[in-house]
Amino acid sequence: MKRATTDPLLARYLCIGAMLAFMLFFLVFPVAVILIEAFRKGIEFYLSALSAHHSVTAIRMTLVVALAVVPLNTVFGICAAWSIVHFEFRGKALLISLIEIPLWVSPVVGGLVFALVFGKQGWLGTWLESHQIQILFAYPGIVLATAFVTFPFVARGLIPLMLAQGSAEEEAALTLGANGWQLFWRVTFPKIKWGVLYGMILCNARAMGEFGAVSVVAGSVDDKMTMPLQIEQYYLALGPEGLASAFALASLLLVLSAATLAIKLGLEWRHLAPPAFRPH
Amino acid sequence: MSVAVSHIFKRFETFPALRDVSLEVQTGELLALLGPSGSGKTTLLRVIAGLENADAGQVTFAGEDVTQKSAYERRAGFVFQAYALFQHMSVFENIAFGLRVLPRKKRPDAEAITRRVTDLLQLIQMEDFGKRLPSHLSGGQRQRVALARALAIEPRVLLLDEPFGALDAKVRKELRKWLRHFHDRTHLTSLFVTHDQDEAFELADRVVIFNEGRIQQIGIPSELRQNPANDFVRAFLEV
Repeated sequence: MKRATTDPLLARYLCIGAMLAFMLFFLVFPVAVILIEAFRKGIEFYLSALSAHHSVTAIRMTLVVALAVVPLNTVFGICAAWSIVHFEFRGKALLISLIEIPLWVSPVVGGLVFALVFGKQGWLGTWLESHQIQILFAYPGIVLATAFVTFPFVARGLIPLMLAQGSAEEEAALTLGANGWQLFWRVTFPKIKWGVLYGMILCNARAMGEFGAVSVVAGSVDDKMTMPLQIEQYYLALGPEGLASAFALASLLLVLSAATLAIKLGLEWRHLAPPAFRPH
Repeated sequence: MSVAVSHIFKRFETFPALRDVSLEVQTGELLALLGPSGSGKTTLLRVIAGLENADAGQVTFAGEDVTQKSAYERRAGFVFQAYALFQHMSVFENIAFGLRVLPRKKRPDAEAITRRVTDLLQLIQMEDFGKRLPSHLSGGQRQRVALARALAIEPRVLLLDEPFGALDAKVRKELRKWLRHFHDRTHLTSLFVTHDQDEAFELADRVVIFNEGRIQQIGIPSELRQNPANDFVRAFLEV
């Protein structure tokens, strides 16, 4: 009997070789370039680039935005997944598709929507201005745009997980007298906590790295730059110092991605592997 | 406590699951709902527990109308077909669950909870299994834990959905005997769903025969065998 594992050696080597070449070119090579360029001017320049005013502002901005967006989308994601799994209502399939819209549309378009709604010429522009509420080119706008782009991450992971788990344990808890709050914290949450964490990590990675949507709502106000925007600013600035600063800041985002990846792999290995592979 | 349903209708999309079902389970009675799969018997059980809302009709517990009450207010002891044990909790915590979620004023203290759970573990002959997780139990053990968990809240009625469905023949016989014995001692009003007529006839005081969302006949086992009410009952019981 011929099985997939006994395919001709040549085909196997070709496949693996192609994959390795791809990874080398698209993953290893860029990472190496970033690290080499970041440290080209020495560790001292690297550190001073990171502690420059613009860098520090951008890092703080990114952290604040992530800190606002991740909890927001976590709550939203859990609510959405809960509604979809436990309630019967019309338009459920549509809702599931709608949740994924941010993954399909260009982030720039997402950002533009907020610019159109909250901008000076936008729907709410006059009202906001008369009440002196600043949304565009400020934290609220950047948070909104980032939240829009990252809002599917928690929900999308939880929906299939919760559908697979079914409602049996929740129903049992109900007949035992648990109210909604107790039901969620004592029965549902322990079952989905790793899924929630997984979604939060992906959401966080995307929130910190988002460029397109944020660049529309942040405009080019100097001290309202997130890390990706500031990297571009450095990059566009002339001279080798700008370039080195850009790569220094980029290396920080890279560290973040690596940490995200490590946590994600750890979680997958420990908790999200298919049942057959789960260590007992 | 007696449990009664009257003129219950329930439809899933276009499928009529229950069509004008009226029934009374008398206090202390052990009643079987017997019928082929898809006949609506599990739906009726879920309507009684409050896990499903009937489209029309009334559910009463000891004469009190509970139709508008949610499952967690009705607190009927429910044993699920696949047990639905809390996978992340120990056997002890599973059984204690219904006590721990009681409002503060009614909740027993930690000592009383431990005592109650220990008693229940003894009742199901699983004293040494309190620390185990459900995934480390056999089918029969899970079934008994599910039963103990439902009993912990001292329900006024016990509802069992295919309680022996997933067990092998030997364990099934033992548990059947155990349940009958338990019922004889406690006289807890009980209603169980089954598609196995031997089980229904051996265990129940009265048997309700169900088909296509309607009650076909209610009676004590000998009565049903001697005087089947219609062709369906005759064919189903093969008399």
